[in-house]
Amino acid sequence: MRGLLSTVAALIVLWLVNSGHYTPLLLGLGAVSVLLVAFLAGRMAAVDGVWPDGPPLWRVPGYLVWLLGQIVAANLDVLRRIWRGPASLSPRLVELPLSMRSEWAQALYANSITLTPGTVTVDIGGGRLLVHALSEGAAAGLADGAMARRVQSLER
Amino acid sequence: MSAVVDGLAWAAIGLGVFVCFSGAFGLLRFPDFYSRLHAAGVTDTLGAGLVLLGLMLQAGWSLAAAKLALILLFAWVSGPTASHVLARAARHDGLEPWTGAEGRRR
Repeated sequence: MRGLLSTVAALIVLWLVNSGHYTPLLLGLGAVSVLLVAFLAGRMAAVDGVWPDGPPLWRVPGYLVWLLGQIVAANLDVLRRIWRGPASLSPRLVELPLSMRSEWAQALYANSITLTPGTVTVDIGGGRLLVHALSEGAAAGLADGAMARRVQSLER
Repeated sequence: MSAVVDGLAWAAIGLGVFVCFSGAFGLLRFPDFYSRLHAAGVTDTLGAGLVLLGLMLQAGWSLAAAKLALILLFAWVSGPTASHVLARAARHDGLEPWTGAEGRRR
């Protein structure tokens, strides 16, 4: 039920922001669209057996601000390597333990790794992540586990 | 709009253009498929982010700025998803990453 309600709430906000026309006709069309999409999402959740879960919403902004800082720092590092040329690279594949329990936290961790330039999640499974890192520093930054701890703290 | 906001907006857009160009340059310059993904990531994240930030400053507090923020949000979710799928497909196809030694000799 919580999944259904938050899906409907997110869809309503999305419609209102993108429409900008608040006449009865367009609001009515919006309501029909929201209900249709919520119905389809409900059918997909029925196939999976559960509604997709997520972190408590009030904790998300803090994580996003921290992640934004990481993204900017990682971008500057990759930019430097682009202009220095391939000699500045030391690419490698590294395996990381996957310490989160919930699926959304695993997906958030894997996507955060890929979103920061210099590290890309290649494969996931068996409680481990396979990550391609552009340099020794990028691999060491992940191995130190700061990002994993942040994502895990969203679970609690 | 005040001149300060205008100046900030153009600084962000100009920087964003430089970052996007650098990403494209890295895409051509880097040695193998996997390292090129990282260069493309620079254009996707900081390049797109700075250009959209500049456009948001130009738009001011309006519905247009909210829409630009939504574009950034969706780009930052779909970009890494596409990168991951590409890397995974390459790995499943047996493509080994370049590790440096061979490239340095050339």
